[in-house]
Amino acid sequence: MAVTGAVMVLFLVAHMIGNLKIFLGHDSFNEYAHALRTLGEPILPYRTLLTITEIVLVASVGLHMWAAISLSRRAAHARPVKYVAKKSQAGGYTTHIMRWGGVTIVLFVIYHLLDLTFGVVNPKGFDSEPADRMVAGFDPSRWWVTLIYAVAVVMVGLHLRHGIWSAFQTLGWAKRNRYHVLRVTAAAVSVVLVLGFLAPPLAITFGVVK
Amino acid sequence: MNLTLKVWRQSGPSDAGRMVTYRVEDVSPDMSFLEMLDVLNERLIVEGDEPIAFDHDCREGICGMCGMVINGVAHGEQRATTTCQLHMRHFEDGATITIEPWRAAPFPVVKDLVVDRSAFDRIIQAGGFVSVPAGSAPDAHSVPVRKEDADDAFDAATCIGCGACVAACPNGSASLFTAAKITHLGLLPQGQPERLSRAKAMVDQMDAEGFGGCTNTGECTAVCPKGIPLDAIAQMNSDYLKANAK
Repeated sequence: MAVTGAVMVLFLVAHMIGNLKIFLGHDSFNEYAHALRTLGEPILPYRTLLTITEIVLVASVGLHMWAAISLSRRAAHARPVKYVAKKSQAGGYTTHIMRWGGVTIVLFVIYHLLDLTFGVVNPKGFDSEPADRMVAGFDPSRWWVTLIYAVAVVMVGLHLRHGIWSAFQTLGWAKRNRYHVLRVTAAAVSVVLVLGFLAPPLAITFGVVK
Repeated sequence: MNLTLKVWRQSGPSDAGRMVTYRVEDVSPDMSFLEMLDVLNERLIVEGDEPIAFDHDCREGICGMCGMVINGVAHGEQRATTTCQLHMRHFEDGATITIEPWRAAPFPVVKDLVVDRSAFDRIIQAGGFVSVPAGSAPDAHSVPVRKEDADDAFDAATCIGCGACVAACPNGSASLFTAAKITHLGLLPQGQPERLSRAKAMVDQMDAEGFGGCTNTGECTAVCPKGIPLDAIAQMNSDYLKANAK
């Protein structure tokens, strides 16, 4: 969970920075999208690095889900008889929504790919400039799309607040005197990612970016 | 104090079990939780009923025998306290208290609130020892140990193996117990030669017993009567990863 999660967090940071290019104009955003495909050229053929990244990401998502499902199954086997009364003592809201939060995020990612990558559920369709798809997708008339994205992004933030800290613990790099720093860092990274991902859709819906 | 107890009753391992409600009257706030149950049991015996079976031994918080889930919390809501050291003054007069055994497949219920924790013994047998002749207590400073290591090893060594960590864990994981033993021995010079093989053997045995995996929820350390810190699990993970890398 820790290693595949780390791969996805690094991807999210790059993805967020790329999204913010929309604030520099449609051309800047389209050039960035094109650059992703021509990265490494002319030494590497068209789309080589992007395809490798996609394969690594799909593998990470798959292994992350496999690990989560096997942990859930082991947990169910380890406690066949449930408690009549059970009260959480650790006070970690985010730790208790990891599994269903993860399911929510997967469903969102499927919708998100159909919307902005493949254009299936996007008004502009597949044969359009990336920036046009993005601006049309978050048009004020489609406010509910923005709402879905906002909820999903907040869910990702909550997932990461536990996930980032937890990854350090799983890999054995956490120590009592570093817990505070790790927790604050995890929260800070989550907040930055949430704000960075929320900014473009909200700016488009509210007409700041056209 | 007058209390209503909802207690898990199960006549044996094959019985399905059920919650049974009892009224307990004239409970002194100075009684321990177990003494309160003693009072109820005396009455049940006089009335010809079967007394409630529960584990206990030293009743001074150091043996690790007693343990029950009280109002949904292992050892009750009082922090860093075993059930025997929990006193009735922490409950409201007229309160309803739910009492259940530890719930985990590797801890089968023997009777009522008594569970079989032999799985912990088998984890210890897998590697919770040192093979070097440790002899009698060595002279101070004959083998230098860093102060930080000595403190961490001692903190981990205070684990009494009560099983509250397993009971509280939403995954039914025994990671805090296993990690406490691995940290305790692994940080001291006598435990160094077997440090990595111990971590691997004990973790593998923990998994073989059917305990769940750790997802770092921190529920274990919150209920631990000895306050074993969560970073013991990070230490265990580190040693386990190194053992598997070899």
